[in-house]
Amino acid sequence: MEEQIRVVLASFGRLPVDVSSLRTTDDLYRAGLTSHASVNVMLGLEDAFDLEFPDELLRKSTFESIGSIATAISSLVGTAAVQV
Amino acid sequence: MTAGVPWQLADAGFDLRVGTDLQPIAEVEEAIRTRGERYLARLFTAYEVQTCGGPGAAPETLAAGLAARFAAKEATLKVLRPTPNMVPRWTEIEVVSGEGGWTELALIGQSADMARAAELAFLRLSMSHGGGFALATVVAVRLTQGISGR
Repeated sequence: MEEQIRVVLASFGRLPVDVSSLRTTDDLYRAGLTSHASVNVMLGLEDAFDLEFPDELLRKSTFESIGSIATAISSLVGTAAVQV
Repeated sequence: MTAGVPWQLADAGFDLRVGTDLQPIAEVEEAIRTRGERYLARLFTAYEVQTCGGPGAAPETLAAGLAARFAAKEATLKVLRPTPNMVPRWTEIEVVSGEGGWTELALIGQSADMARAAELAFLRLSMSHGGGFALATVVAVRLTQGISGR
């Protein structure tokens, strides 16, 4: 799961840093993720994991780190969360 | 380390909040091309898409106006000051176009709740675009002496 999340971030996040260098707890907004890019990341994650984020998860906190994204996805698909 | 005290000479009976945002138009155009209706539906109301050219318009036609509207929504969020776990949906903030091209903001749902809780008496919007960027500024007035008629 974490690898897929990193692929989506690299493809759509427009981050000025190497996604592979980010720790799961690093703040993605501080790393350069903009609000508009987070929308594309969200849509990319929905495609990658074949899911749809419900309204209650469309919050800034959901996309603030690789770990928080993994936690949100796990809650939707019922798999084990990434160990942070 | 402590910060300085924000400057305020006296209680004028109102306070202002200001939000501004800058959005590259090319990013919006690319998102329209690659994501289409899914992208549009998440960020914009049907009315906003219609005022920018309509759902069948080319991405390059839609992009500048929608980029300005996205910037307007982000500027509005800065005025509303959401917490990390309380963020209105983008479609709950709508740019309304009036005669002559002047724009206003309509708030529904959580965005309206937040404006009401913050006692923001009214919000005013200005947008522009050029040089590949769209810019929006929102000014809100908060009455520090309460809102009459509530």
